[in-house]
Amino acid sequence: MKIAIASGKGGTGKTTVSIALANAMDRPLKLLDCDVEEPNCHLFYKETSDFEGMNIYQQVPEVDPKKCDGCGKCAEICQFNSIMSIKGSAAMVFPEMCHACGGCFLICPQSAIREIPFKIGALATEKISAEKELITGFLDIGIAMAPPVIKNVLKEVENYDGLVIIDSPPGTSCPFVTTVKASDFVVFVAEPTPFGLNDLQIAVETVREIGIPFAVIINRATSSNNIITEYCIRENIRVLIQIEDSRKVAEVYSNGGTLIDALPHLKNDFATLLREVESECSEVLQ
Amino acid sequence: MRIAISAGGNSLNDKLQSRFGRADKFLIYDTADESFIIIDNKQNLQAAQGAGIQSAQNIVNSGAHVLISGHCGPKAFSILNSSNIKIFTSAEIAISEAIQLMLDGKLTELQNSDVEGHWV
Repeated sequence: MKIAIASGKGGTGKTTVSIALANAMDRPLKLLDCDVEEPNCHLFYKETSDFEGMNIYQQVPEVDPKKCDGCGKCAEICQFNSIMSIKGSAAMVFPEMCHACGGCFLICPQSAIREIPFKIGALATEKISAEKELITGFLDIGIAMAPPVIKNVLKEVENYDGLVIIDSPPGTSCPFVTTVKASDFVVFVAEPTPFGLNDLQIAVETVREIGIPFAVIINRATSSNNIITEYCIRENIRVLIQIEDSRKVAEVYSNGGTLIDALPHLKNDFATLLREVESECSEVLQ
Repeated sequence: MRIAISAGGNSLNDKLQSRFGRADKFLIYDTADESFIIIDNKQNLQAAQGAGIQSAQNIVNSGAHVLISGHCGPKAFSILNSSNIKIFTSAEIAISEAIQLMLDGKLTELQNSDVEGHWV
């Protein structure tokens, strides 16, 4: 069972909720940080020696200038403008633009292109309690391609049957889609502001298109009736929990504490919520 | 000498366009016979990424010796530079005027890219 915690708008509380959910459950689970451009779940756990890291590479083209006759077929097939050809000289590669589709290797009539590894990020696995693990993806600075790093993080739980909580990237573009596509259920964390509502709507439309069940958690609710609840009623979307707008949460959080440290009564609510989502999903699967 | 200009229209009276990668078109002017041709750059208006690279490739393959545009990013610069194409920057003035200023030595030649690359 994989649950993606997503939002659309950034800064609505994805990490806050992901960590609260992971800490509320008294059983084995894996917490994934797929917000690889700015992973931050690890900040809330003490560093341990039980840490394993590895680099993530992507295969990019390298042109042999002796074999290349500058025919330009590689540049023509590249949809990402990462390989460029000038009449009469060898093709030029911009590896940071490459999506590793492999088209240029296949089309080169001179077999002048070979694949070489290009480092785009890293992956870290660490124990956060006796039976819980945090897996974090880090995108290298200057690299724009988050999805390949996210896919490497998701691959770590491909054959894991237990509970997986995924802290997702913000927005609704490729990194978001890559993450939620690999999930069984999406929990949107939304804030009751006009901007929060606008981005939630876009995210809801995206996930409806993908066809994954979802529900909403409202964070920083100043009243139980707000623009997000109005929208959810209109759209027939379930609101799982409303987290009150509390200065205490911000104070505890800024000192490295979690939502549950600030509002302990939420622990039971989160555990119940997860059980409900799980039983709903297993019904759908059956 | 062939001069490439990022252009907003099809004539010498039209204005130079300051963006390079996503310029509407390029006007290639030949000083030998004062003729010019237009290269369409439409495919780059919608390109997800790498518009500067593609545009630079178009300029090199056009046989131009000089480029006049508003700005030039790092990847386009490295391509143009490796093909020994000189880059001059200009404001969005009439193309004919920009050509004249360049020929009179009144435009600044770029020694390096003057804007950051941009991502999607």
